[in-house]
Amino acid sequence: MIFGLEFPPIENLVEWPNFIGSDWYGFNKIALTYVIATAATAIFFLVANAGRKLIPRGVQNVAESSVKFIEDGVIMETIGPDGLRYLPYLASLFFFILISNLFEVIPGFQMPANARMGGPAFLALVTWAYFIIVGCKHQGPLKYLKNSLFPPGVPAALYILVTPIEFISTFLVRPFSLAVRLFANMLAGHILLVTFGVLCATLWVLGPLLAVLPFSFGMLVALTGFEVMVAFLQAYIFTILAAVYLGGAMHPEH
Amino acid sequence: MSVLAQAAEVVTQTPDEIKAAAGAQGAGLAYGLAAIGPGIGIGYLVGQSVQAMARQPEAAGMVRTTMFLGIAFTEALALIGFVVFILLKFV
Repeated sequence: MIFGLEFPPIENLVEWPNFIGSDWYGFNKIALTYVIATAATAIFFLVANAGRKLIPRGVQNVAESSVKFIEDGVIMETIGPDGLRYLPYLASLFFFILISNLFEVIPGFQMPANARMGGPAFLALVTWAYFIIVGCKHQGPLKYLKNSLFPPGVPAALYILVTPIEFISTFLVRPFSLAVRLFANMLAGHILLVTFGVLCATLWVLGPLLAVLPFSFGMLVALTGFEVMVAFLQAYIFTILAAVYLGGAMHPEH
Repeated sequence: MSVLAQAAEVVTQTPDEIKAAAGAQGAGLAYGLAAIGPGIGIGYLVGQSVQAMARQPEAAGMVRTTMFLGIAFTEALALIGFVVFILLKFV
C-alpha cells in the first residue's frame, strides 16, 4: 500500500461468483463467456452460410476473408495443400479463442475467459489428442512413435540422449506450453489493465496527484488497444501451433 | 527506544508475514530473471526476421509465419516465469 494505492488480492481479479449452482457445477461469468463465444462462432458461420451469394456482401464477406486468412496465413504456410482438411477445426479454434479473449476489453465483462487455466488446458488437450490421432492414422501407430521418438538421420549412439528429449518435448511439453502460453498471456494482460485501472481510480480520489492522471489514463487507453492486439495474436499463435503439430504428425520428414 | 520498538516489531513478525515477504521478494526476482533470456531471444529473432524481410521482400510472408512461431516458443519461457511469479506471490 503506497499513497493509498491498494491493489486488490488476486482472488478478486480472477474468481467470479456463481450465477447458478456451486462447487463443480457452478455457472459463472467465465462459463457464460465460453457459451457466448461458442454461440457467436456458430452463429457467425451459420449466418454467413445462410444467405450465400456469388458476390459476397456483409457477413459473408467477413467470413470468407477470415477463412481465407486461416487457409493462406496458417495452413498453407505450415502444412501445405493437404492440410486443408483441418480447416474446420483450425477455423473454429481460432474464432473461439479470439472471441473469448476479446471479452477482456468488452465493458461489463472485462475478463478474458482464457485467463483461467481450465479453458486453455482443455483446448490444448484436445489439440494434443488430435495430433496424436492424426499421426497414428496417417503413419500407423508404431511408425508414428518411431518417427517422433527416433528421428532419422541421427547417429545411433545419440538416441540415448535424443529419444527422452523428443518424448518429453513432443508428448509432455507441447500441451503444457500450448495451454500456459494462452493462459499466462491473457492473465498478464488482465492484471496489467487492472493495475492501471486501480491506479487511475486512486489518482482520481487523491487530490495532489491529480496532475498525473492524464498520463495514467492515456496508458490505460493505449494498453486496452494493445490487449486487443494480444487477443488476436494469441488466437493466431495457438492456431498456427496447432497447425504445425498437425502437419508434423502428417509428414514426419519436415 | 525507537530502535527497540523496531526490533520488537521484527521479532513479533508471524511466520505467515515472513513467508509473504519472502514470497514477494522471490516472485520479483523470479520474473526478472525469467524475462532476461526471452527478451534477448525475441529481440534477436525479430531483428533477424526484419533483416531477412528487407533483403528478400517476396519471402516476407513465410518469414513472418516462422517469426511468430519462434516468438511463441521463446516467449513460453518468460510466461512460465510469470506463472511462477503468480504462484509465489499469491498462492
